[in-house]
Amino acid sequence: MPDVLKPRDARDVENAVVWALAEGKRLDVVGQGSKRLLGRPSQTDLTLDLSALSGVTLYEPEELVLSARAGTPIAEIEKLVADKGQELAFEPLDYGPMLGLPSGRGTIGGVLAANLAGPRRIKAGAARDHFLGFSAVSGRGETFKSGGRVVKNVTGYDLCKLLAGSFGTLAVMTDVTIKTLPRAESEVSVMVLGLDDRQACVAMAEAMGSSCEVSGAAHLPAHLVMHFEGLKAQGQAATVLRLEGVGPSIAHRKSVLAAMMKRHGQVETLDETASRRLWRDIRDAAPFGHGLEADRALWRLSVPPARGFELGEMVSTGAQMFYDWAGGLIWIGMPQAEDAGALQLRDAVAILGGHATLIRAPAAMRAAVDVFEPQDNGVAALTKRVKESFDPRGILNPGRMWAGV
Amino acid sequence: MSVRMPPADKAVLSRREEIVRALRAIVPGEGVISGDIEMRPYESDGLTAYRQLPMVVVLPSTTQQVSEVLRYCHQNRIKVVPRGAGTSLSGGALPLEDGVLLGMGKFSRIREIDYANRVVVAEPGVTNLGVSKAVEDDGFYYAPDPSSQIACTIGGNIAENSGGVHCLKYGMTTNNVLGCELVLMTGEILRIGGKHLDAGGYDLLGIITGSEGLLGVVTEITVRILKKPETARALLVGFPTSEDAGECVGRIIGAGIIPGGMEMMDKPAIHAVEEFVHAGYPLDVEALLIVELDGGKAEVDHLIERVEAIARACRASTLRISNNEEERLLFWAGRKAAFPAVGRISPDYYCMDGTIPRAQLPLVLARMREMSKKYDLQVANVFHAGDGNLHPLILYDANNPGELERAEAFGSDVLRLCVEVGGVLTGEHGVGVEKRDLMPAMFSEIDLNQQQRLKCAFDSEGLLNPGKVFPQLHRCAELGRMHVRAGKVAFPDIPRF
Ligand SMILES: Cc1cc2nc3c(=O)[nH]c(=O)nc-3n(C[C@H](O)[C@H](O)[C@H](O)COP(=O)(O)OP(=O)(O)OC[C@H]3O[C@@H](n4cnc5c(N)ncnc54)[C@H](O)[C@@H]3O)c2cc1C
Repeated sequence: MPDVLKPRDARDVENAVVWALAEGKRLDVVGQGSKRLLGRPSQTDLTLDLSALSGVTLYEPEELVLSARAGTPIAEIEKLVADKGQELAFEPLDYGPMLGLPSGRGTIGGVLAANLAGPRRIKAGAARDHFLGFSAVSGRGETFKSGGRVVKNVTGYDLCKLLAGSFGTLAVMTDVTIKTLPRAESEVSVMVLGLDDRQACVAMAEAMGSSCEVSGAAHLPAHLVMHFEGLKAQGQAATVLRLEGVGPSIAHRKSVLAAMMKRHGQVETLDETASRRLWRDIRDAAPFGHGLEADRALWRLSVPPARGFELGEMVSTGAQMFYDWAGGLIWIGMPQAEDAGALQLRDAVAILGGHATLIRAPAAMRAAVDVFEPQDNGVAALTKRVKESFDPRGILNPGRMWAGV
Repeated sequence: MSVRMPPADKAVLSRREEIVRALRAIVPGEGVISGDIEMRPYESDGLTAYRQLPMVVVLPSTTQQVSEVLRYCHQNRIKVVPRGAGTSLSGGALPLEDGVLLGMGKFSRIREIDYANRVVVAEPGVTNLGVSKAVEDDGFYYAPDPSSQIACTIGGNIAENSGGVHCLKYGMTTNNVLGCELVLMTGEILRIGGKHLDAGGYDLLGIITGSEGLLGVVTEITVRILKKPETARALLVGFPTSEDAGECVGRIIGAGIIPGGMEMMDKPAIHAVEEFVHAGYPLDVEALLIVELDGGKAEVDHLIERVEAIARACRASTLRISNNEEERLLFWAGRKAAFPAVGRISPDYYCMDGTIPRAQLPLVLARMREMSKKYDLQVANVFHAGDGNLHPLILYDANNPGELERAEAFGSDVLRLCVEVGGVLTGEHGVGVEKRDLMPAMFSEIDLNQQQRLKCAFDSEGLLNPGKVFPQLHRCAELGRMHVRAGKVAFPDIPRF
């Protein structure tokens, strides 16, 4: 019995799923396996390795569109579009280092299946917002498609949204189409020093509510700030606001924003190079990726941004955390605990609204604790029905998100 | 005009009086309308060629009432059609003879304005413009801006995933909603999302948005609001050919510039509009482009210069740049009045909504001119040029026998052409009943069945807005059936390790 099936094309994928269905085999669907440690450990019989489905099949920069086989390395796509002065505006983060793996790996299929996003989420959206179309094989062994290659499309249900963030539990994507966008000519960051978490959330809300078009807003508290590139010597908390665009525009907005931030604290600016380096570290939650405190359970929370700071007041003192998305995204390393800190964080999320995902923890912990936010009964039942409508026998990544899904 | 709708349920129709009584018990007073004359205003939506009186109109004002109405209808197998303002251009809110028309107009309150989180929580009957108006004094706005924004509701916008002239830069509805309260056909009330970004599980909100009222009734919506850009300026550029205008659009985006809005009109549209609003549009050009740049003043001034240079290099024959707000609004006045302007020169018009890869524009316009000759009907084009969303307006006179049918056939040909060149049937108006039977031009039976299976996960009896979107209805049990060839499939010939 082989452990790994490596289809060469979409046809092979369909054959593999049809066979698995007939044999009652459960499949572990992977691209390069770079995010395999994320999610509940699934009970599967064999691996469906999509990395041979590789290659960009269409790229028209002027039409802002790119199609690729699902197993195409994301690094290859990012390089290709960068050569044309474009980027994936959702700034997909790289889970590699924080999961103890090399950086720069992963496939476009995985990026979409995990609905990745980076700091620019607050302005440009997540992978879901740039996912235009796909072809996939459902758990029924049927090849189907949705969407297209144009940005504006409301023909039928928007299944791209549903597959984004479904972690391979609904269908095996074989071909995908995404939107590309021009890359900003330049960037700078305005940094306010010495704010506590609450003050930082207020300052970030003010910046986001201005017409400065802030494309990144993060708060790096004093206990973690030295782990970010370029801030090693920084003794106090740094609240960082990114501005991107054309030169004259950045210069103008920088002066407006700096003036606005003065009343919150001491203001400094970071030039393009420093800014780029820092935001890459923020994107990839660098303090947790440098092998630092790797035994801590690492969580990623999405909450209403203006209330982000309240989390810090609710969790136990040993937690290490920083904020992105103007306070709405919180990366938090929890001190060792039997439940990885789940109870504390989920109680907090119940009050604030939002969700908490356990990103890094030993497999046994990820099996015992809900990795994805537990859902209310109604939504949980609907989620299960949605799963069954695509994968009635539960052969695709079963249990990866929730038991029974 | 007639369109095949699901057969009326005689048993339901025969119990009409009893049903009306039961609904009155749930929604008292004027919330239930059952007289033919009083129901008239609900017999069609913006696609006025289709008309049908519903069995009864119900206008609930609380989520609890919506839930009870739906539960009652579910238990009694009665179909339900949700409706916002009834501006749908695809017949999404077209009533059913044996169905309840559920009007959401009384849900017209803004529940919360939260500047710190930059969201507004609104009831679905609030108009699109109503959201922006509620926050404009503080310098904020809601970005998706359908031309119908004075009338159309946020609930309808969610159902149709509506767009507007600014969605090239700011996205469609789906990119600007964060949460909703949804009532399923069973009466079950669900809360999805909130004031935070992204779903913690499946992106159900992403599926509900654009589902054309087939999955659930939305009773509350959380949308993101943005600070108004510091300034906006527009260029009005005329071209001797539509190819030149198309090239200009491509080069602007190719230069890394994403304008706030980029709209094109062809000659017939320019003429109709100019006669109507006197915006000062040039009449001797084949195509007119409005390009709006918004943002900080320094940025806008800089980009205006760059766009001007590109336009001149693309053989622009006329070019004006707005120097103040009044001028900018005048440039737009024509475009915004395009539909009524065309309505003035023709007794009726039929508005299409396909999207094409932009590079195909010259080909599509040329083919459309041929079709115009073949069907002997005029066509005027307005075009969301930046994202390839085409609105051909086919002019006809319903009083001339056969013209409506010709207009429809013309429209279908246009949409098939859009699909043929790599585009889609609808960019923002929805499938509804109008494009329902064209769905097979884009989707296989397997594709459509998978979408219907998803519908079954929300509405297992198919009672919510049936007859829309899908050309052929199947029972959920039938769709769920699977032919598994247990033990009979040979191991596939695939590399293994
Ligand atoms: C002159 C004109 C210009 C237009 N311009 C644009 C444009 O620029 N861009 C664009 O995208 N559209 C445009 N439209 C189309 C239309 O305005 C949009 O589709 C709008 O979103 C419909 O909103 P409504 O409230 O009128 O919904 P309705 O027409 O009442 O209903 C539309 C659909 O939504 C469903 N629905 C309504 N409310 C709910 C609810 N609470 N829960 C669940 N389902 C619900 C209905 O069942 C139906 O399927 C235009 C229409 C007109 C007449």
